[in-house]
Amino acid sequence: MGVTQKLGNLGVVTTTLDTAINWARNGAMWPLLFGLACCAIEYMSTQASSYDLSRFGMELNRATPRQADLIIVSGRVTRKMAPVVRQLYDQMASPKWVISMGDCASCGGVYNNYAVVQGVDEIIPVDVYVAGCPPRPEQLLHGILTLQEKIYGDTIKDWA
Amino acid sequence: MHIPKPLDPAAALKSALPDALADVKEFRGETTLIVNREQITAVAQYVRDTPGLVYNFLSDISAVDYYPESSRPERFGVSYHIYSMLYNRRLRLKVFVPEDDTTVSTVTAVWPAANWLEREIFDMMGITFTGHPDMRRLLMPADWDGHPHRRDYPLGYETIQFSFNIEEILKHKPLAKE
Amino acid sequence: MAIQIPDSEAQEFKWEGSVDELKGLVSDRAITGETMLLNMGPHHPSTHGVLRLLLELDGEEIVTCMPDIGFLHTGIEKNIESKTYEKAVTLTDRMDYLSPISNNMAFCLAVEKLTDLDVPARAQLIRVTCLELQRLSSHLVWLGTHAIDLGAMSVFLYCFREREKILEMLEMLSGQRMMGSYFRPGGVWRDITPEFLPSLRAFLDMFPAKIDDYEALLTKNPLWIDRTQGIGVVEPEVALAWGLSGPTLRGSGVNWDIRKSTPYSGYEQFEFNVPLGEHGDVYDRFYCRVLELREGVKILNQAYARLEKEPTGIFRSNNRKFVPPPRAELGQSMEAVIHHFKLWTEGFSAPDEEVFVSVESPRGEISCYLHGTGGTKPRRVHFKTPSFIHIGALPVMTKGHLIADLVAIIGSIDCVLGDCDR
Repeated sequence: MGVTQKLGNLGVVTTTLDTAINWARNGAMWPLLFGLACCAIEYMSTQASSYDLSRFGMELNRATPRQADLIIVSGRVTRKMAPVVRQLYDQMASPKWVISMGDCASCGGVYNNYAVVQGVDEIIPVDVYVAGCPPRPEQLLHGILTLQEKIYGDTIKDWA
Repeated sequence: MHIPKPLDPAAALKSALPDALADVKEFRGETTLIVNREQITAVAQYVRDTPGLVYNFLSDISAVDYYPESSRPERFGVSYHIYSMLYNRRLRLKVFVPEDDTTVSTVTAVWPAANWLEREIFDMMGITFTGHPDMRRLLMPADWDGHPHRRDYPLGYETIQFSFNIEEILKHKPLAKE
Repeated sequence: MAIQIPDSEAQEFKWEGSVDELKGLVSDRAITGETMLLNMGPHHPSTHGVLRLLLELDGEEIVTCMPDIGFLHTGIEKNIESKTYEKAVTLTDRMDYLSPISNNMAFCLAVEKLTDLDVPARAQLIRVTCLELQRLSSHLVWLGTHAIDLGAMSVFLYCFREREKILEMLEMLSGQRMMGSYFRPGGVWRDITPEFLPSLRAFLDMFPAKIDDYEALLTKNPLWIDRTQGIGVVEPEVALAWGLSGPTLRGSGVNWDIRKSTPYSGYEQFEFNVPLGEHGDVYDRFYCRVLELREGVKILNQAYARLEKEPTGIFRSNNRKFVPPPRAELGQSMEAVIHHFKLWTEGFSAPDEEVFVSVESPRGEISCYLHGTGGTKPRRVHFKTPSFIHIGALPVMTKGHLIADLVAIIGSIDCVLGDCDR
């Protein structure tokens, strides 16, 4: 029995509830402290003072996946690392989102060979793809804003 | 302190271990001593310990696969690049390794830096180093089949995505959406 | 601090241990359960990248430390075998991703040695400028992450703020902040742009004060000194035997800098010192790198003075068998069109011989072994990267230390896993 049925399908109440919940989720999304390769350095630049990520609520990077909401896969995922990424994704609690940062995480990038997984979407579902090798901090911020727009479009009827 | 005069490595090696040295090559200012495979450890010990040579720093060990050409005596070549801090000069020792007996004795006792360099060559080229303390795969997962840097190992690429094969490719990516 | 041991003593050391000492496996005490095995997994906030360490612990003290690498192994060397020499430069950028220009340098020097290609003096000057800027930017990331691992958070923000200025300058040159592939066989890709020199001057005027800031926060800080002095001591002979290089080796007092011993790309024309340590602990390695920041500013000031005299000029070799002609020439000359066509479709050929080149990257000695085929693609490229050797020497450096010291030691060897795994 969903929340909406219990409330008797009161359209007005659920719309306001949607906005409130999505605003809360967007405002303080904690990314996982997870960087694989070169894109991680651009991620660190985005986190630092010139292109500040704290203004999006992402001040804290949680080292443990249990407390993180967002995993930004930044860098090439190799076949040896793929089970680890999958395990981290599984350990995260819902609601969780995935940003695939950079060309290597989105599609295998420059490397089309035996060692690199051709896109992290072979193992985990991705919400936003950010292109670039490595993407500039502005590009990553655009990706994060796109994710925020996507979350604003979420409605409680989908998951409650 | 007294520093002995530098010796010519090829001449010194020929006089000390005469059957170890097979050939001497010079290219772009670099000297390569081609050494017989069985005696690489003795040669390594000699060039490190002899006053006048003192090649005490191992820079790199690299392996080459000459497949499918037969321009070289054997299929694989292993090059040891060593450097003498005292005399500031470099040397390359090269051994050729046949395809049916891919073993070389280790030089880890001479230069411990060879520990991981030899493990990497075992992982990537399949050349076993006898006497190595820890001969396991290093870079690839432990259960990987094959030796990626050999020339007959495929690059393993994903085919380019066109509209006629997109269904096949997407079968590998069940979680990719639109 | 920068005391030099007389060269002859330091450089004759030989290692006299036995092969059994090198077994990187757990001791028997782990099997009886006396010691505990702890996995410091590939995902960890303090390992710089995806490094997995299997620790055998006696309480909190480390008995053995077994690094497990390969989580970032990308097969770059095998990929390069299927690309022409000019295209392969873009792949070399991505190995040591904190100093892509030094990787480019090692590869380009190897190609130039193999094909006997000349590099004009002004191109060498531009190369030295970029290399030193890259050294500063890499040391800034190292300082920021090392400090934040040990708890000093504001140093991270300060270092990245300065690094943004350097990345802007590299973007002016190559069009991209990080993986610019600016160096090509024969020189550099394009001439320096007009806005580069004024930014370099502004940066060099303000940067020494910032280094003073970082030193004020850390160098005499009693907390920093407690956590770093006497930790991870490496004796000079052990360091040489295990193949350490760069500031990790110089922290132990061995005076070896490739820019001084076998100068490349015109480094012999620059005046700079090489900082040395004394005790070989984490503090000495840290201080060597901080002093290298100052030496880098010195070299850049000299490079600026020389570049100011010729802000435009030649930047790449004129040998049209190897270097594509500028587009303006294509409208005028038939040979230029033919060279352009051959070079961009097929590429140039290199002889069936092997060369070996080594370069001083911010981490240590990065060396490139290049074997040609006589055709347009290389037969084999092998990079010996400093992080590979340094992580291999971790078991020796961390024996008997606590886990908190392990974090300090990993920070001090300045490892980058892309560099280690390639």
